[in-house]
Amino acid sequence: MSELKNLKGRKVLVHDMALRDGMHAKREQISTAQMIAVATALDEAGVPLIQVSHGAGLGGNSLQHGFAMHSNEEYWDAVVPKMKRARISALLIPGLGTMKELQSAYDHGVRSVHVATHCTEADTSPQHIAYARKLGMDATGFLMMAHLNDAKGLAEQGKLMESYGAQTIYITDSAGYMLPSDVIERVRALRAVLKPETEIGFHGHHNLGMGIANSIAAIEEGASRIDASVGGLGAGAGNTPLEVFIAVCERMGIDTGCDLFKLMDLTQDIIFPMMDHIVRVDRSSLTLGFAGVYSTFLLHADRAGKKYGLPARDILVELGRKKMIGGQEDMIEDTALTMAKERGLLKDKAA
Amino acid sequence: MTQKIKCAIIGPGNIGTDLIYKLKRSPVLDPVWMVGIDPTSEGLVRARAMGLKTTDQGVDGLLPHVLADGVQIAFDATSAYVHKANSDKLNALGVLMVDLTPAAIGGLCVPPVNLATHAKAQAMNVNMISCAGQATIPMVNAVSRVQPVGYAEIIATVSSKSIGPGTRANLDEFTYTTSSAVCAVGGSRTGKALVIINPADPPMIMRNTIYCLTDDEPDQERIRASVLEMVKEVQKYVPGYRLVNGPVFDGKKVATFMEVAGLGDYLPTYAGNLDIMTAAAALTAEMFATEILAGRYQLTAVKEAA
Repeated sequence: MSELKNLKGRKVLVHDMALRDGMHAKREQISTAQMIAVATALDEAGVPLIQVSHGAGLGGNSLQHGFAMHSNEEYWDAVVPKMKRARISALLIPGLGTMKELQSAYDHGVRSVHVATHCTEADTSPQHIAYARKLGMDATGFLMMAHLNDAKGLAEQGKLMESYGAQTIYITDSAGYMLPSDVIERVRALRAVLKPETEIGFHGHHNLGMGIANSIAAIEEGASRIDASVGGLGAGAGNTPLEVFIAVCERMGIDTGCDLFKLMDLTQDIIFPMMDHIVRVDRSSLTLGFAGVYSTFLLHADRAGKKYGLPARDILVELGRKKMIGGQEDMIEDTALTMAKERGLLKDKAA
Repeated sequence: MTQKIKCAIIGPGNIGTDLIYKLKRSPVLDPVWMVGIDPTSEGLVRARAMGLKTTDQGVDGLLPHVLADGVQIAFDATSAYVHKANSDKLNALGVLMVDLTPAAIGGLCVPPVNLATHAKAQAMNVNMISCAGQATIPMVNAVSRVQPVGYAEIIATVSSKSIGPGTRANLDEFTYTTSSAVCAVGGSRTGKALVIINPADPPMIMRNTIYCLTDDEPDQERIRASVLEMVKEVQKYVPGYRLVNGPVFDGKKVATFMEVAGLGDYLPTYAGNLDIMTAAAALTAEMFATEILAGRYQLTAVKEAA
């Protein structure tokens, strides 16, 4: 990597993910009281965009992705009226979420949306991006598992989303697999083809401990939006930890408008006590990053491993080998069943 | 030579092209027209090479030939947005529509579940729901015919190469129609459909997971027997329909994990989603054709809606 560029004075819009991506790490069990406590503290700390929804976004409540404690509408109704400055956003994955649910999100005060597709399937998003723009929302094209498409291919996909109306294109490192050089070439390729007014964003996972380094690399190449999660509460080893990212930005003179000490306090006093397990790089989450597997698969693989007597790591590696992508959570139990059969672990169970 | 019913196919994409192969093998159906809108489309060239008459003027290009060429059944493989207009024009000439778009203006048909009821209905439009619906609704029904199902959820994963631009651009219609058919035909009180498009190369075979929540404790033995019987029914027209794992019982949740391999007619065998749609449509049309040939089904011209 070349010498770090001088980023002093660069403005970056941070977008907190703890109340959406963090839902994965909490098995979708966050109460409205906790949502309000976290969101108001984020707002107080100057975080401009806060994502609030089921971990899988609009339409996420399902057997496939788990049922949250409350509907998305109940979460928004609890959080939106409490916001002084921050805007609330949501996630929409076409094939799961629909325009009906996007309309409902808007009606309940959501003003920004990540419209997410796998990094090669941008053309499943035109309806939803156009609809978000029609509603006057801030619309982002969110290219997931971005390590599975090369820089040129990713740029073409981003260009498609821009043509549907997306105002920002995100490189989404869902597996926490990317290294700074991977991020740099993808941001460059996008910057080369997108209109100057179209922003570039980066959404990291910390599975290889690269969340902050990757985010800084993205900013160096021209990204102006960064997703992070306060206390790192997110799928896998969590997202780029927001408070650490803000501290690094302060050192580098990057302008985020966020209050570091308030975010530290929120992390220590509210987020850490909320965690069911310590969200960190451990055997399973490191496997995700190393093998390039969708971060959300972590807890599902842990559960299937326990149920069928298999190491979660073996299941995750097999899912990576079979090139399973985000949304295929059903294939975790299926893969575990097939592996258990092959290993003679299902003797007395007909399956 | 036995008599065959002449058919037209609208939409020379993946589904329309695969359908030609299926119809050509049928003892009672004869594909004679392929309708497109793009003179340079590969699909029209291929249809001509396979001996079909073609037009690039849309359904309007077909209409003057319907009576002269004796077309009695048409398959619509275009998009939900244009289906109604196509159907109205052809119904007005007494042509029965088999709809492969998610428009769902006609009765929903999943052959092993409700083909017989459509034979009695004497309808002029029947809808095939979606590939995901065809692959999963038989399994929902296999459980719901044993005991009440309050909620069913289906997850269909298809290979990127098998999903054409029409479906991609209108994914919401696909999920809405499939969700409602999971209830209406599958027999659950509420339902949800999820679709995932996987770009792995080599392409992955179509996979489907079907979850059912039964009201009471599931009767494991009867459900297992019902599932296995239903798999055999589907295999009669899609031999590559296979139970990979399950049924797995977890409290009141019943999970079945399916795989669908195609015959490899137009796209390779991974595209089972194509086959289960076209084979179901062909089977449905064959039933109508048999009834028409036996004089039991009256095709009646339906006045075009104003």
